[in-house]
Amino acid sequence: MEPEVHVIHYLIIGIVMMACGIYGFFTRKNLLALLISVELMLNAVNINFAVFCRYLFPDALEGHFFSLFGIAIAAAETAVAIAIIINVYRNIGHVQTDDITDLKG
Amino acid sequence: MNISLQEIAFYTVAACIIVCSVLAVTTGRILRAATYLLFVLLGTGALYGILGYTFLSAVQLMVYAGGIVVLYVFSILLTRSDRNMRYCIARGKLASVLVTTLAAAALMVFLTVTNGFALNMIPQGVELPVERIGTALTATGHGGFVLPFEVTGVLLLACMIGAIVIARKRE
Repeated sequence: MEPEVHVIHYLIIGIVMMACGIYGFFTRKNLLALLISVELMLNAVNINFAVFCRYLFPDALEGHFFSLFGIAIAAAETAVAIAIIINVYRNIGHVQTDDITDLKG
Repeated sequence: MNISLQEIAFYTVAACIIVCSVLAVTTGRILRAATYLLFVLLGTGALYGILGYTFLSAVQLMVYAGGIVVLYVFSILLTRSDRNMRYCIARGKLASVLVTTLAAAALMVFLTVTNGFALNMIPQGVELPVERIGTALTATGHGGFVLPFEVTGVLLLACMIGAIVIARKRE
């Protein structure tokens, strides 16, 4: 057994990815760019699941399967969101968040 | 101090992921943002491979890099959203967003570093066999994942139908 990469280095990657996702989610105005930021955040969470499973419980499979199901659910979420965005584009003509106010009440 | 090949691979991938994820949220062209997202997802797949989860790595490459990014590129081209990416965000709002993000990142780094993870050893070169994944995924007893597997299947079906119904062209 050799010393490996420390677990904190993996977690730092997840933190940076998550912070980038938060920043993009706050600053972007385009719906597709927002969705890209959400994708970054989901990816960071998946990395954390896999890393914790591998380092803390190498014999268990829970973290691995959480990542797997997370990927599947992210794919489903993206498909529905893109369908909604295409529908919005068809009705309004662009996909900026400032102009989508019909449901605001 | 000797540096193993695994460490070189890890730090290369880590640098690529960090640079590309920062660029993905700061670039002004949305098609470039999607391309940087693709590189981030490829790097994540490589990280899973370095961890020993080769099946997860393959799933990540197929679903994310093969499916989702293509969906993004098609929808970007369909909605012609490249020309209205330029906008002026208010300086005060940008400052508050930066402060919020950096505070959150600093808090997360602080909690991670001070938590004291002592386990930094994993067995070298052991990868999770696909046979074990398949057995656990279809087992019903203790440690089996057949229920979430089936629920995910139903969820994907519902999402597929919902996406078709939403995006369908109405006369």
